[in-house]
Amino acid sequence: MDIGLRNINKAYGGQRVLTDFSADFAGGQISCIMAPSGWGKTTLIRLMMGLEHIDSGEMTGLEGLRKSVVFQEDRLCENLSATANIRLVCPEKSKPLVEGEMSSFGLGGDALGKPVRELSGGMRRRVALLRALLASYDILYMDEPFKGLDDDTKETVMAETHRLILGKTALLLTHDRREATALGASKILEIY
Amino acid sequence: MPERKKGKTGIRLWTVLFWLAVWQAGSMALGQAILLVSPVAVARRLAELAITAPFWSSIGFSLLRIASGFLIAVVAGVVLAAAGARFRRLRELISPAMLTIKAIPVASFVILVLVWVPSKNLSVVISLLIVLPVVYTNIIDGIDAADPKLLEMTRVFELPALRAVRYIYVSQVLPYFRAACSVGLGLCWKAGVAAEVIGIPKGSIGEKLYESKIFLNTADLFAWTATIVIISYSFEKIFMLLIDKLVGRIERM
Repeated sequence: MDIGLRNINKAYGGQRVLTDFSADFAGGQISCIMAPSGWGKTTLIRLMMGLEHIDSGEMTGLEGLRKSVVFQEDRLCENLSATANIRLVCPEKSKPLVEGEMSSFGLGGDALGKPVRELSGGMRRRVALLRALLASYDILYMDEPFKGLDDDTKETVMAETHRLILGKTALLLTHDRREATALGASKILEIY
Repeated sequence: MPERKKGKTGIRLWTVLFWLAVWQAGSMALGQAILLVSPVAVARRLAELAITAPFWSSIGFSLLRIASGFLIAVVAGVVLAAAGARFRRLRELISPAMLTIKAIPVASFVILVLVWVPSKNLSVVISLLIVLPVVYTNIIDGIDAADPKLLEMTRVFELPALRAVRYIYVSQVLPYFRAACSVGLGLCWKAGVAAEVIGIPKGSIGEKLYESKIFLNTADLFAWTATIVIISYSFEKIFMLLIDKLVGRIERM
């Protein structure tokens, strides 16, 4: 089902963040919003996820959708292992399957069992990304999902992410056009 | 957030030997065992006591009651804190009670409790009352400190409440729980034995300490004090080991 946003307005106190924003995102496709920092990208997906309320406007096609998200921060449970963090949101996925995917994302060996607080920033980012990708969802939000990854790792991770989100509804927020291209975004909304 | 300390804070053998030597020297200088008995005499007396049945039955008596009071306080503290964190009104209701319990001196509690409870169970109630506010306050602080960003994550992924509690809250509150147990274990022995000294339940460690005082038997007083320190220390170590195993299991899931 397609998602429609009509004249969305949001302000915090007197500070307007989104003014009459409208857009359509096709179901089963990857869409991308490219906008400068401070434009309100994160606010927009927070509104779409129902974490905050719009001041005015209309959102359609989001009702009852199961959501998954890669937040701008990792938001991992520090004491839990990488595997446990991922399986936290998808307990129905078998451990071998999760560990297989982790390996595709370069998270094999020692990284599997260690508490995530002992992992590097790049590894934690991949855990957060994989958690979102393996969850059962109808719409996936990705807020700068490849932030902090080195170039080589980023290439591999983007290719694996593309494999996992193919045919699904996803909204990517980024500053980097290469990311949108690598994920096969059918619509790129560029706001500069 | 409380962190587990590792390494350098442990007690070194040479420091123990140093202070024992100071104690021995002080005792020899004074030359009166009734004022300051020597560590050698205390060790000898402890060895004598350790082969008697009343020694072990007194330990069993006090250990059972103080440990029971501690465990009841831990369970009650966790349940009340969880309920208080969930229901604001309940928290408002509990808070002044906890503050009052914290502020009341042990001696006042002992006298009050003796009116209601037979002296043999005095140490159960006293250790419960001393540990309860410590556990309650720490757990509720831990719940309050749970990362709101993680809670938001659980909302987006629609994690069932029980799973969110188990993996987010439990994991985040465990360091606070550990700190509460560590403090509570020390306090419950101090308060429990103090209560027994006042209430003098028959067959307790407190009774033995009281008798030492009455008969001015300093060797017995020190031997029993050493016994309390050893049991309290061992109890704390064993309990904290179990907590750490629990933490380890959660981390490895």
